[in-house]
Amino acid sequence: MAAGYSEKVMDHFRHPRNVGEMENPDGIGHVGNPTCGDIMEMYLRVKDKVITEAKFKTFGCGAAIATSSMITELITGKTLEEALKVSNKSVIAALDGLPPVKQHCSVLAEDALKSAIDDYLKKTTGKGLEGWQPHNEH
Amino acid sequence: MRQVYMDYAATTPPLPEVVEAMLPYLDEKRVFGNPSSLHSFGQEARAAVEEARAKVAALINADPREIVFTSGGTESDNFALHGVLYANKDKKDHIITTKIEHSAILAPCRFLEKQGFKVTYLNVDKDGLVDPEEVKAAITDKTALVSIMHANNEIGTIEPIAEIAKLLNGKGVYFHTDAVQTVGQINVDVKELGVDLLSASAHKFYGPKGAGFLYIKKGTRMKAFMLGGEQEQRRRGSTENVPGIMGMGKACEIAKIDLPNRIKHLTDLRDKLSQGLLKIIPDIHLNGHPTKRLPKNVDVSVQFIEGESMLLNLDLEGIAVSTGSACSSSTLEPSHVLLAIGKPPEEAHGSIRFTLGRLNTEADVDYVLDIFPKIVEKLRAMSPLVRRK
Repeated sequence: MAAGYSEKVMDHFRHPRNVGEMENPDGIGHVGNPTCGDIMEMYLRVKDKVITEAKFKTFGCGAAIATSSMITELITGKTLEEALKVSNKSVIAALDGLPPVKQHCSVLAEDALKSAIDDYLKKTTGKGLEGWQPHNEH
Repeated sequence: MRQVYMDYAATTPPLPEVVEAMLPYLDEKRVFGNPSSLHSFGQEARAAVEEARAKVAALINADPREIVFTSGGTESDNFALHGVLYANKDKKDHIITTKIEHSAILAPCRFLEKQGFKVTYLNVDKDGLVDPEEVKAAITDKTALVSIMHANNEIGTIEPIAEIAKLLNGKGVYFHTDAVQTVGQINVDVKELGVDLLSASAHKFYGPKGAGFLYIKKGTRMKAFMLGGEQEQRRRGSTENVPGIMGMGKACEIAKIDLPNRIKHLTDLRDKLSQGLLKIIPDIHLNGHPTKRLPKNVDVSVQFIEGESMLLNLDLEGIAVSTGSACSSSTLEPSHVLLAIGKPPEEAHGSIRFTLGRLNTEADVDYVLDIFPKIVEKLRAMSPLVRRK
Protein backbone atom coordinates (compact mmCIF):
# COMPACT_ATOMS: atom_id res chain seq x y z
CA MET A 1 0.00 0.00 0.00
CA ALA A 2 1.20 3.52 -0.79
CA ALA A 3 3.58 5.13 1.75
CA GLY A 4 3.13 2.20 4.16
CA TYR A 5 -0.53 2.99 4.88
CA SER A 6 -3.13 0.34 5.69
CA GLU A 7 -6.12 -0.23 3.42
CA LYS A 8 -8.33 1.42 6.02
CA VAL A 9 -6.19 4.57 6.00
CA MET A 10 -6.27 4.68 2.21
CA ASP A 11 -10.04 4.18 2.22
CA HIS A 12 -10.55 7.14 4.56
CA PHE A 13 -8.00 9.16 2.60
CA ARG A 14 -9.72 8.47 -0.73
CA HIS A 15 -13.25 8.84 0.60
CA PRO A 16 -13.06 11.04 3.68
CA ARG A 17 -16.25 11.04 5.73
CA ASN A 18 -17.83 14.21 7.12
CA VAL A 19 -15.72 16.74 5.23
CA GLY A 20 -16.75 20.38 5.35
CA GLU A 21 -17.85 23.22 7.53
CA MET A 22 -21.05 23.49 9.55
CA GLU A 23 -23.61 26.29 9.87
CA ASN A 24 -23.75 27.50 13.49
CA PRO A 25 -21.88 24.63 15.11
CA ASP A 26 -22.17 24.13 18.85
CA GLY A 27 -18.43 23.70 19.20
CA ILE A 28 -15.43 24.46 16.99
CA GLY A 29 -11.95 23.02 17.48
CA HIS A 30 -8.87 24.44 15.77
CA VAL A 31 -5.43 22.89 16.21
CA GLY A 32 -2.07 22.79 14.45
CA ASN A 33 -0.42 25.42 12.30
CA PRO A 34 0.84 25.70 8.74
CA THR A 35 4.49 25.74 9.86
CA CYS A 36 4.18 22.20 11.19
CA GLY A 37 2.41 21.16 8.03
CA ASP A 38 -0.92 20.17 9.52
CA ILE A 39 -4.04 22.00 10.66
CA MET A 40 -7.35 20.49 11.65
CA GLU A 41 -10.66 22.13 12.32
CA MET A 42 -13.54 20.20 13.84
CA TYR A 43 -17.18 21.25 14.05
CA LEU A 44 -19.64 19.62 16.45
CA ARG A 45 -23.41 19.59 16.68
CA VAL A 46 -24.44 18.59 20.22
CA LYS A 47 -27.94 17.74 21.44
CA ASP A 48 -28.59 16.61 25.03
CA LYS A 49 -24.85 16.04 25.54
CA VAL A 50 -24.76 13.73 22.52
CA ILE A 51 -22.66 14.51 19.44
CA THR A 52 -25.21 14.27 16.64
CA GLU A 53 -22.96 15.50 13.89
CA ALA A 54 -19.21 16.07 13.41
CA LYS A 55 -17.44 17.65 10.46
CA PHE A 56 -13.84 18.51 9.70
CA LYS A 57 -11.48 20.42 7.48
CA THR A 58 -7.83 19.39 7.36
CA PHE A 59 -4.61 20.68 5.80
CA GLY A 60 -2.17 17.84 6.01
CA CYS A 61 -0.83 14.55 4.73
CA GLY A 62 -2.69 11.34 3.99
CA ALA A 63 -2.54 10.25 7.64
CA ALA A 64 -3.84 13.62 8.87
CA ILE A 65 -6.83 13.42 6.53
CA ALA A 66 -7.56 9.78 7.37
CA THR A 67 -7.35 10.33 11.15
CA SER A 68 -9.63 13.38 10.86
CA SER A 69 -12.18 11.36 8.93
CA MET A 70 -11.96 8.39 11.28
CA ILE A 71 -12.37 10.38 14.48
CA THR A 72 -15.55 12.07 13.19
CA GLU A 73 -16.97 8.57 12.59
CA LEU A 74 -15.90 7.33 16.01
CA ILE A 75 -17.52 10.19 17.94
CA THR A 76 -20.79 10.62 16.07
CA GLY A 77 -23.64 9.37 18.27
CA LYS A 78 -21.50 9.31 21.39
CA THR A 79 -22.09 11.37 24.53
CA LEU A 80 -19.44 14.00 25.27
CA GLU A 81 -18.18 11.84 28.11
CA GLU A 82 -17.83 8.82 25.81
CA ALA A 83 -16.25 10.94 23.08
CA LEU A 84 -13.58 12.17 25.48
CA LYS A 85 -12.49 8.56 25.89
CA VAL A 86 -11.66 8.38 22.18
CA SER A 87 -7.89 8.79 22.25
CA ASN A 88 -5.31 8.98 19.51
CA LYS A 89 -4.65 5.29 20.22
CA SER A 90 -8.28 4.42 19.49
CA VAL A 91 -8.03 6.30 16.18
CA ILE A 92 -4.84 4.43 15.25
CA ALA A 93 -6.45 1.10 16.16
CA ALA A 94 -9.59 1.88 14.16
CA LEU A 95 -7.41 2.64 11.13
CA ASP A 96 -5.54 -0.70 11.46
CA GLY A 97 -2.39 1.19 12.44
CA LEU A 98 -0.30 4.09 11.18
CA PRO A 99 3.38 4.11 10.16
CA PRO A 100 5.55 5.13 13.18
CA VAL A 101 6.46 8.49 11.64
CA LYS A 102 2.76 9.31 11.22
CA GLN A 103 1.59 8.55 14.75
CA HIS A 104 1.64 12.24 15.67
CA CYS A 105 -1.17 12.86 13.14
CA SER A 106 -3.52 10.93 15.41
CA VAL A 107 -2.64 13.29 18.28
CA LEU A 108 -3.82 16.13 16.05
CA ALA A 109 -7.21 14.43 15.65
CA GLU A 110 -7.56 13.85 19.39
CA ASP A 111 -6.59 17.46 20.08
CA ALA A 112 -9.07 18.80 17.53
CA LEU A 113 -11.84 16.86 19.23
CA LYS A 114 -10.86 18.09 22.69
CA SER A 115 -10.52 21.64 21.41
CA ALA A 116 -14.07 21.45 19.96
CA ILE A 117 -15.50 20.03 23.20
CA ASP A 118 -13.61 22.70 25.17
CA ASP A 119 -15.22 25.36 22.95
CA TYR A 120 -18.67 23.80 23.39
CA LEU A 121 -18.29 23.71 27.17
CA LYS A 122 -17.08 27.31 27.29
CA LYS A 123 -20.09 28.41 25.24
CA THR A 124 -22.61 26.45 27.28
CA THR A 125 -21.22 26.43 30.82
CA GLY A 126 -18.69 29.26 30.73
CA LYS A 127 -15.97 26.80 31.76
CA GLY A 128 -13.73 24.93 29.37
CA LEU A 129 -12.58 21.32 29.41
CA GLU A 130 -10.86 20.71 32.70
CA GLY A 131 -7.12 20.18 32.58
CA TRP A 132 -6.94 20.33 28.81
CA GLN A 133 -4.09 22.07 27.02
CA PRO A 134 -3.52 21.72 23.30
CA HIS A 135 -0.12 20.30 22.29
CA ASN A 136 2.12 22.96 20.86
CA GLU A 137 3.42 20.77 18.11
CA HIS A 138 1.93 17.94 16.19
CA MET B 1 -5.04 2.46 -15.43
CA ARG B 2 -2.63 4.75 -17.23
CA GLN B 3 0.84 4.73 -15.62
CA VAL B 4 2.81 7.96 -15.86
CA TYR B 5 6.23 7.99 -14.25
CA MET B 6 7.36 11.57 -13.64
CA ASP B 7 10.00 11.03 -10.98
CA TYR B 8 13.09 10.76 -13.20
CA ALA B 9 15.16 12.82 -10.74
CA ALA B 10 14.69 9.99 -8.23
CA THR B 11 15.73 7.32 -10.69
CA THR B 12 15.42 6.38 -14.36
CA PRO B 13 14.57 3.02 -15.93
CA PRO B 14 17.70 1.45 -17.43
CA LEU B 15 17.83 1.51 -21.22
CA PRO B 16 17.38 -1.92 -22.83
CA GLU B 17 20.83 -1.50 -24.40
CA VAL B 18 22.25 -0.91 -20.91
CA VAL B 19 20.76 -4.12 -19.55
CA GLU B 20 22.04 -5.99 -22.59
CA ALA B 21 25.54 -4.58 -22.08
CA MET B 22 25.52 -5.87 -18.50
CA LEU B 23 24.32 -9.42 -19.11
CA PRO B 24 27.59 -11.00 -20.34
CA TYR B 25 29.16 -9.96 -17.02
CA LEU B 26 26.51 -11.79 -15.02
CA ASP B 27 26.88 -15.01 -16.99
CA GLU B 28 28.78 -18.07 -15.81
CA LYS B 29 29.63 -18.93 -19.41
CA ARG B 30 30.91 -15.49 -20.29
CA VAL B 31 32.88 -12.73 -18.52
CA PHE B 32 32.78 -13.21 -14.76
CA GLY B 33 36.49 -12.78 -14.00
CA ASN B 34 37.97 -10.45 -11.42
CA PRO B 35 39.62 -7.57 -13.31
CA SER B 36 42.59 -7.76 -10.93
CA SER B 37 43.32 -11.40 -11.82
CA LEU B 38 46.25 -12.03 -14.13
CA HIS B 39 44.70 -14.94 -16.03
CA SER B 40 42.62 -14.60 -19.16
CA PHE B 41 39.30 -14.61 -17.26
CA GLY B 42 40.42 -11.56 -15.31
CA GLN B 43 42.09 -9.82 -18.20
CA GLU B 44 38.97 -10.03 -20.32
CA ALA B 45 37.04 -8.29 -17.54
CA ARG B 46 39.86 -5.73 -17.14
CA ALA B 47 39.72 -4.84 -20.85
CA ALA B 48 35.95 -4.40 -20.67
CA VAL B 49 36.14 -2.17 -17.58
CA GLU B 50 38.77 0.03 -19.23
CA GLU B 51 36.62 0.32 -22.36
CA ALA B 52 33.72 1.49 -20.18
CA ARG B 53 36.01 3.96 -18.43
CA ALA B 54 36.90 5.50 -21.78
CA LYS B 55 33.20 5.94 -22.59
CA VAL B 56 32.54 7.61 -19.26
CA ALA B 57 35.52 9.92 -19.73
CA ALA B 58 34.43 10.81 -23.28
CA LEU B 59 30.98 11.93 -22.09
CA ILE B 60 32.47 14.58 -19.79
CA ASN B 61 35.61 15.38 -21.85
CA ALA B 62 38.01 13.90 -19.31
CA ASP B 63 40.98 11.56 -19.53
CA PRO B 64 40.07 7.95 -18.62
CA ARG B 65 42.74 8.01 -15.88
CA GLU B 66 40.75 10.80 -14.22
CA ILE B 67 37.69 8.57 -13.70
CA VAL B 68 37.29 6.59 -10.46
CA PHE B 69 34.39 4.16 -10.36
CA THR B 70 32.23 4.31 -7.23
CA SER B 71 28.92 2.89 -6.05
CA GLY B 72 27.00 6.07 -6.91
CA GLY B 73 26.48 9.76 -6.26
CA THR B 74 26.49 9.60 -2.48
CA GLU B 75 29.79 7.75 -2.36
CA SER B 76 31.32 10.12 -4.93
CA ASP B 77 30.29 13.15 -2.85
CA ASN B 78 31.62 11.63 0.38
CA PHE B 79 34.84 10.63 -1.40
CA ALA B 80 35.38 14.13 -2.81
CA LEU B 81 34.91 15.85 0.55
CA HIS B 82 36.85 13.43 2.74
CA GLY B 83 39.52 12.80 0.11
CA VAL B 84 40.41 16.45 -0.40
CA LEU B 85 40.02 17.58 3.21
CA TYR B 86 42.14 14.83 4.75
CA ALA B 87 44.86 15.05 2.06
CA ASN B 88 45.32 18.77 2.69
CA LYS B 89 44.57 19.06 6.38
CA ASP B 90 48.09 20.00 7.46
CA LYS B 91 47.59 23.41 5.84
CA LYS B 92 43.87 23.88 5.30
CA ASP B 93 40.65 23.13 7.12
CA HIS B 94 37.86 25.08 5.42
CA ILE B 95 35.06 24.03 3.02
CA ILE B 96 32.67 26.33 1.19
CA THR B 97 29.34 24.88 0.06
CA THR B 98 25.71 25.99 -0.21
CA LYS B 99 22.54 25.55 1.80
CA ILE B 100 20.79 23.75 -1.05
CA GLU B 101 23.18 20.83 -1.58
CA HIS B 102 21.97 17.25 -1.50
CA SER B 103 22.33 15.59 1.89
CA ALA B 104 25.17 13.51 0.37
CA ILE B 105 27.16 16.76 0.69
CA LEU B 106 25.51 18.34 3.73
CA ALA B 107 25.70 15.28 6.00
CA PRO B 108 29.45 14.68 5.43
CA CYS B 109 30.02 18.44 5.90
CA ARG B 110 28.33 18.26 9.30
CA PHE B 111 30.44 15.20 10.14
CA LEU B 112 33.62 17.03 9.09
CA GLU B 113 32.64 19.98 11.28
CA LYS B 114 32.57 17.60 14.24
CA GLN B 115 36.10 16.50 13.29
CA GLY B 116 37.30 20.11 13.55
CA PHE B 117 36.92 21.29 9.96
CA LYS B 118 35.08 24.55 9.25
CA VAL B 119 32.25 24.85 6.77
CA THR B 120 30.65 27.93 5.20
CA TYR B 121 27.12 27.29 3.93
CA LEU B 122 26.34 29.97 1.33
CA ASN B 123 22.87 31.39 0.79
CA VAL B 124 21.15 31.33 -2.57
CA ASP B 125 18.71 33.83 -4.05
CA LYS B 126 14.95 33.32 -4.46
CA ASP B 127 15.52 31.31 -7.66
CA GLY B 128 18.12 29.11 -6.01
CA LEU B 129 21.16 30.71 -7.67
CA VAL B 130 24.50 31.03 -5.90
CA ASP B 131 26.24 34.38 -6.33
CA PRO B 132 29.80 33.70 -7.61
CA GLU B 133 31.02 36.86 -5.88
CA GLU B 134 29.83 35.45 -2.55
CA VAL B 135 31.84 32.30 -3.19
CA LYS B 136 34.92 34.39 -3.88
CA ALA B 137 34.34 36.52 -0.77
CA ALA B 138 34.09 33.42 1.44
CA ILE B 139 37.54 32.14 0.48
CA THR B 140 40.28 32.36 3.09
CA ASP B 141 43.85 31.09 3.02
CA LYS B 142 42.53 28.06 4.92
CA THR B 143 39.97 27.08 2.26
CA ALA B 144 40.74 23.64 0.84
CA LEU B 145 37.59 22.93 -1.15
CA VAL B 146 34.55 24.58 -2.69
CA SER B 147 31.66 22.18 -3.39
CA ILE B 148 28.64 23.49 -5.29
CA MET B 149 26.10 21.35 -7.09
CA HIS B 150 25.77 21.68 -10.87
CA ALA B 151 21.97 21.60 -10.71
CA ASN B 152 19.62 21.24 -7.79
CA ASN B 153 17.74 17.96 -7.55
CA GLU B 154 14.60 19.53 -6.19
CA ILE B 155 14.01 22.89 -7.87
CA GLY B 156 16.11 22.22 -10.98
CA THR B 157 18.13 25.45 -10.88
CA ILE B 158 21.44 25.21 -12.79
CA GLU B 159 24.28 26.92 -10.95
CA PRO B 160 26.92 29.15 -12.64
CA ILE B 161 29.73 26.61 -12.16
CA ALA B 162 32.00 27.87 -14.97
CA GLU B 163 31.71 31.43 -13.71
CA ILE B 164 32.58 30.37 -10.16
CA ALA B 165 35.53 28.32 -11.45
CA LYS B 166 36.96 31.41 -13.16
CA LEU B 167 36.85 33.35 -9.89
CA LEU B 168 38.56 30.46 -8.07
CA ASN B 169 41.34 30.26 -10.62
CA GLY B 170 44.79 30.68 -9.06
CA LYS B 171 43.46 30.71 -5.49
CA GLY B 172 44.82 27.27 -4.64
CA VAL B 173 41.34 25.94 -3.85
CA TYR B 174 39.92 22.71 -5.21
CA PHE B 175 36.49 22.91 -6.81
CA HIS B 176 34.02 20.01 -6.69
CA THR B 177 30.58 19.84 -8.27
CA ASP B 178 27.83 17.34 -7.59
CA ALA B 179 26.63 16.72 -11.14
CA VAL B 180 24.29 13.85 -10.30
CA GLN B 181 21.32 15.67 -11.85
CA THR B 182 23.17 16.86 -14.98
CA VAL B 183 25.50 14.17 -16.37
CA GLY B 184 23.82 12.56 -19.36
CA GLN B 185 21.04 15.14 -19.20
CA ILE B 186 22.61 18.45 -20.16
CA ASN B 187 26.05 19.19 -21.53
CA VAL B 188 28.69 18.43 -18.90
CA ASP B 189 32.28 19.16 -19.94
CA VAL B 190 34.78 19.24 -17.10
CA LYS B 191 37.07 21.57 -19.01
CA GLU B 192 34.31 24.06 -19.81
CA LEU B 193 33.08 23.87 -16.22
CA GLY B 194 36.62 24.26 -14.87
CA VAL B 195 36.14 21.85 -11.95
CA ASP B 196 38.70 19.60 -10.26
CA LEU B 197 36.19 17.01 -9.06
CA LEU B 198 32.77 15.95 -10.30
CA SER B 199 30.29 13.37 -8.95
CA ALA B 200 27.81 11.39 -11.03
CA SER B 201 25.47 8.44 -10.69
CA ALA B 202 24.53 6.04 -13.50
CA HIS B 203 20.91 5.39 -12.53
CA LYS B 204 20.03 9.06 -13.00
CA PHE B 205 20.72 8.75 -16.73
CA TYR B 206 19.31 5.36 -17.71
CA GLY B 207 22.19 3.34 -16.30
CA PRO B 208 22.05 0.76 -13.49
CA LYS B 209 21.77 1.49 -9.77
CA GLY B 210 24.88 0.91 -7.69
CA ALA B 211 27.27 2.44 -10.22
CA GLY B 212 28.69 5.96 -10.27
CA PHE B 213 31.96 7.77 -10.71
CA LEU B 214 34.09 10.58 -9.40
CA TYR B 215 36.09 12.64 -11.86
CA ILE B 216 39.37 13.64 -10.23
CA LYS B 217 41.45 16.03 -12.30
CA LYS B 218 45.05 14.95 -12.78
CA GLY B 219 47.26 16.37 -10.03
CA THR B 220 44.51 16.68 -7.39
CA ARG B 221 45.76 15.74 -3.92
CA MET B 222 43.36 13.11 -2.65
CA LYS B 223 43.33 10.53 0.12
CA ALA B 224 42.02 7.10 -0.80
CA PHE B 225 38.40 6.56 0.18
CA MET B 226 38.32 2.81 0.72
CA LEU B 227 41.39 0.97 1.90
CA GLY B 228 42.11 -2.67 1.29
CA GLY B 229 42.74 -3.01 -2.40
CA GLU B 230 44.87 -1.74 -5.25
CA GLN B 231 41.93 -0.97 -7.49
CA GLU B 232 41.23 2.42 -9.10
CA GLN B 233 44.86 3.56 -8.81
CA ARG B 234 44.66 2.73 -5.08
CA ARG B 235 42.06 5.41 -4.61
CA ARG B 236 39.13 3.11 -4.03
CA GLY B 237 39.75 -0.43 -2.93
CA SER B 238 37.13 -3.10 -3.69
CA THR B 239 36.61 -5.43 -6.62
CA GLU B 240 35.05 -3.48 -9.45
CA ASN B 241 31.28 -3.73 -9.95
CA VAL B 242 31.87 -5.00 -13.46
CA PRO B 243 28.21 -5.40 -14.62
CA GLY B 244 27.34 -1.97 -13.18
CA ILE B 245 30.37 -0.35 -14.78
CA MET B 246 29.53 -1.93 -18.16
CA GLY B 247 25.97 -0.64 -17.88
CA MET B 248 27.18 2.83 -16.97
CA GLY B 249 29.63 2.83 -19.87
CA LYS B 250 26.81 2.01 -22.27
CA ALA B 251 24.56 4.67 -20.70
CA CYS B 252 27.35 7.24 -21.20
CA GLU B 253 27.94 6.17 -24.79
CA ILE B 254 24.24 6.56 -25.63
CA ALA B 255 23.88 9.81 -23.69
CA LYS B 256 26.69 11.40 -25.67
CA ILE B 257 24.90 10.72 -28.95
CA ASP B 258 21.36 11.31 -27.72
CA LEU B 259 21.91 14.45 -25.61
CA PRO B 260 20.55 17.07 -28.05
CA ASN B 261 17.35 15.00 -28.59
CA ARG B 262 16.90 14.50 -24.86
CA ILE B 263 17.23 18.21 -24.13
CA LYS B 264 14.76 19.18 -26.89
CA HIS B 265 12.20 16.51 -25.96
CA LEU B 266 12.23 17.34 -22.27
CA THR B 267 12.33 21.11 -22.64
CA ASP B 268 9.21 20.98 -24.84
CA LEU B 269 7.35 18.74 -22.36
CA ARG B 270 8.55 20.75 -19.37
CA ASP B 271 7.33 24.03 -20.79
CA LYS B 272 3.98 22.54 -21.79
CA LEU B 273 3.53 21.10 -18.29
CA SER B 274 4.61 24.15 -16.32
CA GLN B 275 2.71 26.62 -18.49
CA GLY B 276 -0.38 24.41 -18.33
CA LEU B 277 -0.27 24.06 -14.54
CA LEU B 278 0.28 27.78 -13.97
CA LYS B 279 -2.58 28.61 -16.34
CA ILE B 280 -5.15 26.11 -15.04
CA ILE B 281 -4.50 26.14 -11.27
CA PRO B 282 -4.86 29.36 -9.26
CA ASP B 283 -2.44 30.14 -6.41
CA ILE B 284 0.40 27.98 -7.68
CA HIS B 285 4.06 29.00 -8.05
CA LEU B 286 6.97 27.57 -9.98
CA ASN B 287 9.98 26.97 -7.71
CA GLY B 288 13.49 27.48 -9.07
CA HIS B 289 14.86 29.65 -11.84
CA PRO B 290 12.42 30.28 -14.72
CA THR B 291 15.00 29.63 -17.47
CA LYS B 292 18.28 28.42 -15.90
CA ARG B 293 16.70 25.10 -15.01
CA LEU B 294 16.97 21.42 -15.88
CA PRO B 295 14.99 20.42 -18.97
CA LYS B 296 13.28 17.71 -16.93
CA ASN B 297 12.21 19.71 -13.87
CA VAL B 298 8.83 21.25 -12.98
CA ASP B 299 8.66 21.99 -9.24
CA VAL B 300 5.61 23.83 -7.97
CA SER B 301 4.19 25.00 -4.65
CA VAL B 302 0.43 24.67 -4.49
CA GLN B 303 -1.03 26.94 -1.83
CA PHE B 304 -3.40 25.80 0.93
CA ILE B 305 -2.76 22.05 0.52
CA GLU B 306 -0.07 19.62 1.56
CA GLY B 307 2.37 17.75 -0.66
CA GLU B 308 2.01 14.16 0.50
CA SER B 309 -1.76 14.25 0.09
CA MET B 310 -1.26 15.46 -3.50
CA LEU B 311 1.38 12.78 -4.12
CA LEU B 312 -0.87 9.99 -2.82
CA ASN B 313 -3.81 11.18 -4.91
CA LEU B 314 -1.63 11.35 -8.01
CA ASP B 315 -0.30 7.86 -7.25
CA LEU B 316 -3.89 6.57 -7.08
CA GLU B 317 -4.30 7.91 -10.64
CA GLY B 318 -1.08 6.22 -11.79
CA ILE B 319 1.09 9.36 -11.72
CA ALA B 320 4.40 9.09 -9.83
CA VAL B 321 5.93 12.32 -8.49
CA SER B 322 7.83 13.57 -5.44
CA THR B 323 7.31 16.23 -2.74
CA GLY B 324 9.38 18.45 -0.47
CA SER B 325 6.76 18.27 2.27
CA ALA B 326 7.79 17.39 5.79
CA CYS B 327 5.07 14.78 5.91
CA SER B 328 6.96 12.67 3.40
CA SER B 329 10.17 12.73 5.41
CA SER B 330 11.09 10.97 8.61
CA THR B 331 12.40 14.19 10.17
CA LEU B 332 9.11 16.09 9.69
CA GLU B 333 11.18 19.04 8.45
CA PRO B 334 10.11 20.55 5.14
CA SER B 335 12.64 20.68 2.33
CA HIS B 336 15.79 22.61 3.26
CA VAL B 337 16.03 23.74 -0.36
CA LEU B 338 12.62 25.43 -0.39
CA LEU B 339 13.32 27.10 2.95
CA ALA B 340 16.70 28.31 1.61
CA ILE B 341 15.02 30.02 -1.36
CA GLY B 342 12.80 31.86 1.11
CA LYS B 343 9.58 29.86 0.80
CA PRO B 344 7.44 30.05 3.94
CA PRO B 345 7.03 26.60 5.56
CA GLU B 346 3.40 26.25 4.40
CA GLU B 347 4.49 26.61 0.76
CA ALA B 348 7.37 24.22 1.31
CA HIS B 349 4.82 21.70 2.64
CA GLY B 350 2.77 22.19 -0.52
CA SER B 351 5.46 21.41 -3.06
CA ILE B 352 5.24 18.83 -5.82
CA ARG B 353 8.09 17.89 -8.12
CA PHE B 354 7.48 16.49 -11.59
CA THR B 355 10.66 15.27 -13.28
CA LEU B 356 10.33 14.14 -16.87
CA GLY B 357 12.25 11.59 -18.89
CA ARG B 358 12.62 9.78 -22.15
CA LEU B 359 9.46 7.67 -21.92
CA ASN B 360 7.17 10.66 -21.25
CA THR B 361 4.96 11.90 -24.05
CA GLU B 362 2.72 14.89 -24.74
CA ALA B 363 -0.22 12.62 -23.91
CA ASP B 364 1.30 12.04 -20.45
CA VAL B 365 1.49 15.78 -19.89
CA ASP B 366 -2.12 16.16 -21.06
CA TYR B 367 -3.16 13.43 -18.62
CA VAL B 368 -1.44 15.23 -15.72
CA LEU B 369 -2.99 18.53 -16.78
CA ASP B 370 -6.38 16.83 -16.69
CA ILE B 371 -5.98 14.94 -13.39
CA PHE B 372 -3.87 17.23 -11.21
CA PRO B 373 -6.22 20.28 -11.16
CA LYS B 374 -9.06 17.98 -10.01
CA ILE B 375 -6.92 16.68 -7.15
CA VAL B 376 -5.98 20.22 -6.13
CA GLU B 377 -9.65 21.18 -6.15
CA LYS B 378 -10.64 18.17 -4.04
CA LEU B 379 -7.95 18.83 -1.43
CA ARG B 380 -8.65 22.55 -1.32
CA ALA B 381 -12.31 21.82 -0.61
CA MET B 382 -11.01 19.96 2.45
CA SER B 383 -8.53 22.62 3.54
CA PRO B 384 -9.21 24.93 6.48
CA LEU B 385 -6.87 27.43 4.81
CA VAL B 386 -9.49 27.94 2.10
CA ARG B 387 -12.52 29.76 3.44
CA ARG B 388 -15.98 28.89 2.24
CA LYS B 389 -17.19 31.60 -0.12
